[in-house]
Amino acid sequence: MGLKVDQLRICYRTLRGDVTAVDDVTFDIADGEIMGLAGESGCGKSTLGNSLIRMDVRMRQLGGRVELDGAELPISDARAMRDYRFKVVSIIPQYAMSALNPTRRVGKMVSELLRSRGFDYKSALPEFERRVKLVGLDADILKRYPIELSGGMKQRVVMIVSTLLNPSLLIADEITSALDVSTQRAVGEMLLEFRDRNFVKTTMVITHDLSILAQVADTILIMYAGKLAEKARTDVVIGSPLHPYTQLLISSLPEVGVRHDEHTLVGIPGRPPPLLNPPSGCRFRDRCPFAFDRCAADPPFVEVQPGHSVACWLHADGVSPAGGAEQC
Amino acid sequence: MLTLDNVTKVYKTGTFGGESLPAVRGASFEIRPGEVTSLIGESGSGKSTLGKMILRLTPVTSGTISFEGTDVAGLKGKRLREYYRHVQGVFQDPFSSYNPVFRADRVFATIKRSYFPSVSNSEWHGRVEASLESVGLNPVDVLDKFTHQLSGGQLQRILIARALLLEIKILVADEIISMIDASTRVDVLNLLANLKSRGLGVLFITHDLSLGNYISERTIILRRGVVVEMGATQKVFDNPQHDYTKMLLTAVPQLHKKWGAGLAPELEAMGVTSEGEGRPGRYSRSSMHPLAAMHAWKGHRAQVVAAALETAASADRTDTYLRTHEEVPPLVEVEEDHFVVTSAGAE
Ligand SMILES: Nc1ncnc2c1ncn2[C@@H]1O[C@H](COP(=O)(O)OP(=O)(O)O)[C@@H](O)[C@H]1O
Ligand SMILES: Nc1ncnc2c1ncn2[C@@H]1O[C@H](COP(=O)(O)OP(=O)(O)O)[C@@H](O)[C@H]1O
Ligand code: SF4
Ligand SMILES: [Mg+2]
Ligand SMILES: [Mg+2]
Repeated sequence: MGLKVDQLRICYRTLRGDVTAVDDVTFDIADGEIMGLAGESGCGKSTLGNSLIRMDVRMRQLGGRVELDGAELPISDARAMRDYRFKVVSIIPQYAMSALNPTRRVGKMVSELLRSRGFDYKSALPEFERRVKLVGLDADILKRYPIELSGGMKQRVVMIVSTLLNPSLLIADEITSALDVSTQRAVGEMLLEFRDRNFVKTTMVITHDLSILAQVADTILIMYAGKLAEKARTDVVIGSPLHPYTQLLISSLPEVGVRHDEHTLVGIPGRPPPLLNPPSGCRFRDRCPFAFDRCAADPPFVEVQPGHSVACWLHADGVSPAGGAEQC
Repeated sequence: MLTLDNVTKVYKTGTFGGESLPAVRGASFEIRPGEVTSLIGESGSGKSTLGKMILRLTPVTSGTISFEGTDVAGLKGKRLREYYRHVQGVFQDPFSSYNPVFRADRVFATIKRSYFPSVSNSEWHGRVEASLESVGLNPVDVLDKFTHQLSGGQLQRILIARALLLEIKILVADEIISMIDASTRVDVLNLLANLKSRGLGVLFITHDLSLGNYISERTIILRRGVVVEMGATQKVFDNPQHDYTKMLLTAVPQLHKKWGAGLAPELEAMGVTSEGEGRPGRYSRSSMHPLAAMHAWKGHRAQVVAAALETAASADRTDTYLRTHEEVPPLVEVEEDHFVVTSAGAE
């Protein structure tokens, strides 16, 4: 049944006011689906991922609903979420690798984690060791210290630990960003392998790197300034994106084979707007080469083809004013 | 021109420096004016060590680095400062290059003090502004800002603008774009590429092959401190000779080509057709019995995963055991301006 997120709004309480980092976000991830979540830094990707599992004290849910496997996920209720975390919903946070305690053996960390969640280390050990081998590591890794492991080894350990109890939803936040290409590939293939083996049901892969998503994701969701910009199957987002932001993101990526002297790529001028008092209308307006008068209003996120949704006035022809208003 | 001749760096490690780690071994290459040379390698391969030796931030253990014919190892005082007037570096983490409470204009003031004490303030301001404009920044946007108010791309450009105030001939850029969003990264890359037209030689250090390919004339592939392949970028990328180069090229994530795509033909021969994505695991099962097709791609996937993991595992070993003190085999020229290390010497 997967994950259903409906009109979710999450803000940070700050002294200067509310920062709405996830603003009216609606999407589904089906069972067995790997959804990529992309956008420039500061667009709200981590906030969205974190809100599904661990709201920090400054975060507030302003509205919306999250459903996992047909039942509501009580994301605002920290106490209730404790029963879900790690077992049902698991996250590999951004910088998880560097957060490993360097002076504690891997085995000790795993046993402490399991025990703190009320699980028995001894009985989980055979499965842990099986998965360690599956990802090409030695079982003696349990006796080693994180400091002795390379980035790729640490990331794989973190990934096995986070999925040991076969969670329904895995959120992987920038897990390949600090890795070399060969280990990036190994970790990317692991995401697919874990999905194929049903170690995880639905996966959300957060990254600013679209070329990784082109490899591992079934669908891609593009966020801009706290809002949804576009969602579609991976080949559609990469091959025929409709939102100007997605188009510009993709055209700014150098691919092997593209050379500066033959084909000069261009970046996206400017920066995403601040989310404390964001500008009205389309938030991409001041960077968008296609902006026109209609863009002074907030574009609705509408399905333009089956499975392909876009929030842009260039692609909202069929939208009745009522349909648009409903979204605001 | 900056030339490295048989440069080796051995770090002393362990409590009393009793162990030694050869981080760079027998590296010989040139950084030529008007060219971008990419130094590509995975983490721990010795890229930064090479950059630091060029910038005299760490001494060479053996071999020579010479700039316009002079060995840079012996430079001191005024002559060293003269060297830095021509050879500058920009590093990975722009934030560590600054004290965060500094305003951006402070980084320019330090240069003025060391190199241009007699230039008047108004003349200096003019030069700073011109330099900022030449890297695509609007001086009023950045000059009175604290560093934390600037984006990664802006900070990197400021550092490049700072280097350009000197009469630099060589710029060492160590992983400078890795902290920046892809949307602004390409503008910094274009900026580096454009420095060529000023006659600058750039050493562009990266672990990202697609970035190296995009801006460089020449490419050096470094593995475990050893140059395994180098030459004209197009030749290295179009006709890779060393297995390690080939592995890097297949592992680099691309937008329009799937990782597993290279292994697909066996499957197609079995009647399994791809759904246009080329990824094993997404095969439609048209002409085969569904179960047979399923097994075929599962087996195939396992193979793909095993291969990826094996290359990663061999990379994991990089820092620990396999680094040896053995003699580095010589590079041989396989075609004009394309060299590869002989035998599987670096394995
Ligand atoms: N603790 C916080 N307090 C206030 N604002 C925050 C906090 N954490 C993140 N933000 C803001 O929320 C926005 C989204 O941040 P984040 O979710 O980390 O984006 P991403 O993961 O896409 O880089 C940013 O504008 C950021 O400044
Ligand atoms: N100051 C140092 N002392 C001891 N070992 C070092 C030092 N700096 C780097 N190393 C080691 O030298 C090797 C090469 O490092 P480095 O040049 O930083 O590689 P790269 O930049 O390619 O990641 C690594 O194994 C690293 O651990
Ligand atoms: S709604 Fe207007 S400004 Fe926004 S992306 Fe579309 S065209 Fe550009
Ligand atoms: Mg983030
Ligand atoms: Mg380095």
